[in-house]
Amino acid sequence: MAKRIDATDVTAYYGGFKAIENINLTVEPKTVTALIGPSGCGKSTFLRSINRMHEVLPGARVEGSLTIDGQDVYDRDVDVTAVRRMIGMVFQRPNPFPTMSIFENVVAGLRLNGVRKKSILDEAAEKALRAANLWDEVKDRLGKPGAGLSGGQQQRLCIARTIAVEPQVVLMDEPCSALDPISTLAIEDLMFQLKDKFTIIIVTHNMQQAARVSDRTAFFSIEKTGDPGRLIEYDNTQKIFSNPSQKKTEDYITGRFG
Amino acid sequence: MGETPHRSAHAGTGGHAVTQGHERSAGASARVAEAPVSTRTPHDDDHGLGGGGGLPRARAFGAERAFRGVTLAAGVTVLVVIAAIAVFLVAKAVPALRANSANFWTFEGWFPNDDPPTFGIGALAFGTLLTALLALLVAVPVALGIALYLSHYAPRRLGTALGFVIDLLAAVPSVVFGLWGRDYLVGPVADLSAWLNQYFGWIPIFGDGPYGNSILLGSLVLAIMVLPIITSLSREVFLQTPTANEEAAIALGATRWEMLRTAVLPYGRPGIIAAVMLGLGRALGETIALALTLGSTYAISFNILANGGNSIAANIANRFAEANETGRGALIASGLVLFAITLVVNITARAIIYRRREFTESAA
Repeated sequence: MAKRIDATDVTAYYGGFKAIENINLTVEPKTVTALIGPSGCGKSTFLRSINRMHEVLPGARVEGSLTIDGQDVYDRDVDVTAVRRMIGMVFQRPNPFPTMSIFENVVAGLRLNGVRKKSILDEAAEKALRAANLWDEVKDRLGKPGAGLSGGQQQRLCIARTIAVEPQVVLMDEPCSALDPISTLAIEDLMFQLKDKFTIIIVTHNMQQAARVSDRTAFFSIEKTGDPGRLIEYDNTQKIFSNPSQKKTEDYITGRFG
Repeated sequence: MGETPHRSAHAGTGGHAVTQGHERSAGASARVAEAPVSTRTPHDDDHGLGGGGGLPRARAFGAERAFRGVTLAAGVTVLVVIAAIAVFLVAKAVPALRANSANFWTFEGWFPNDDPPTFGIGALAFGTLLTALLALLVAVPVALGIALYLSHYAPRRLGTALGFVIDLLAAVPSVVFGLWGRDYLVGPVADLSAWLNQYFGWIPIFGDGPYGNSILLGSLVLAIMVLPIITSLSREVFLQTPTANEEAAIALGATRWEMLRTAVLPYGRPGIIAAVMLGLGRALGETIALALTLGSTYAISFNILANGGNSIAANIANRFAEANETGRGALIASGLVLFAITLVVNITARAIIYRRREFTESAA
């Protein structure tokens, strides 16, 4: 249930603007990989190009090769919706569907895949909510609006919605930046459990968080505003945070820059 | 701020002694009191900005209160106008209804100028509702299709340009639509009617001719007229769908259409209902276009193809010139019924929107 991701010379554009250039990176299955770097360095852009969410914006395109277990995500013959079902995504701000109940939110992805049988949906919803550590808090009010939950619960609801379709990879774009410390801790604990089953890539601005949750860390940076973001260093998290090989990484980690 | 109703008119001058007890001269006394202000140093001013001394006293008649008064007056005006219309309608209608020797609800005919006068609202109310519903049946799917295309499929510039054209359609006077329907559209609709009758004649609504100024013609003209309102309102609503929700659906592997169904349409539901109800309101009240395209008969018939049909508003337009005192009263009584129908429609729409509020209010 977890797959390996290989990025080779990935370059992404917003219209005429080159946001990232020649990113080369390999993510091993069942690991947590953190992408860190200053604002505007392209880490979110890279993340969104993995599940082809980048190209949803008008004028946005990706060059280079991105494979998941050797299969090219950008192959002409590949169904883009299948790619996104295989690579789930959790966003910066919790975004449950406002018109749906908690239950409907969790099974939204399954419904899109044509699952209609109530018993299967019930089972999948409970499984996903348990995996997202939310079941005990919401089991008595599954019919209530998902938007009525607290911010941290909403984010775990979104995680449940993402993992309910059983993806291979889960991408998280600053999943805790809109949450309080306790909810953040709950999500970080969750990541530890989820990496038994999924390959996780997380973008974070919080370096303590990167150090706490990830096995590998990739540091992105830009020369100056308007330049494309580049991958500066990619190594084991412990190495990055204790003894980085690049001066730039060290400056960023120690707070001298960025 | 502004919550001190016991203070009087000269509060703005900071509360030093001004003539009390002359209510009429409040403005004048304030002016007198203001004169010395300019000669004083800021230190003495007991309402100086952030300076020493006590807190400034709240202003009793500032812009805040004035604005509140203006908005209140505006709100009250609506109620007064509605009440005035209702009183006018009832006062004019009652004598005519008393004189009516036929059953107002069931009689199929309109002879208020005869002696004794006989007229009935049944066929008119039926025609009003039938044309409006048929018009919505045609217009709503098309309008929602256009709105979705403009908001989520069309390139941005094309979407803006087409949206402008649609709004332009709303600005065409209804008499133009009516004349166009009567003089041009009547031909194609007659052909369509013959075709429908030939192949679907076994459905009672597609009955025999003669084809011409039929309910179908009126409804189609009406559909074109309500199309722009429903389109531009639902387009606005669709554009307001949070990007985060659209991306959530796309990231779950939804196709464009599935994304619209999962995120955009449910989110826009209350807005769509409101847009449809506004369209229905216009369809129910439309006068001249229907006066020109319907057959002006007074029989209840479900055959939408044959010459015939009528509506309350169209009947008022057609019969007002020839009406005597009782005739005018009878037409006003029919207007009162239209008023009631519109009211019921609006209340129903509110109720539908209200029922889902738990899910829509937390949508912010």
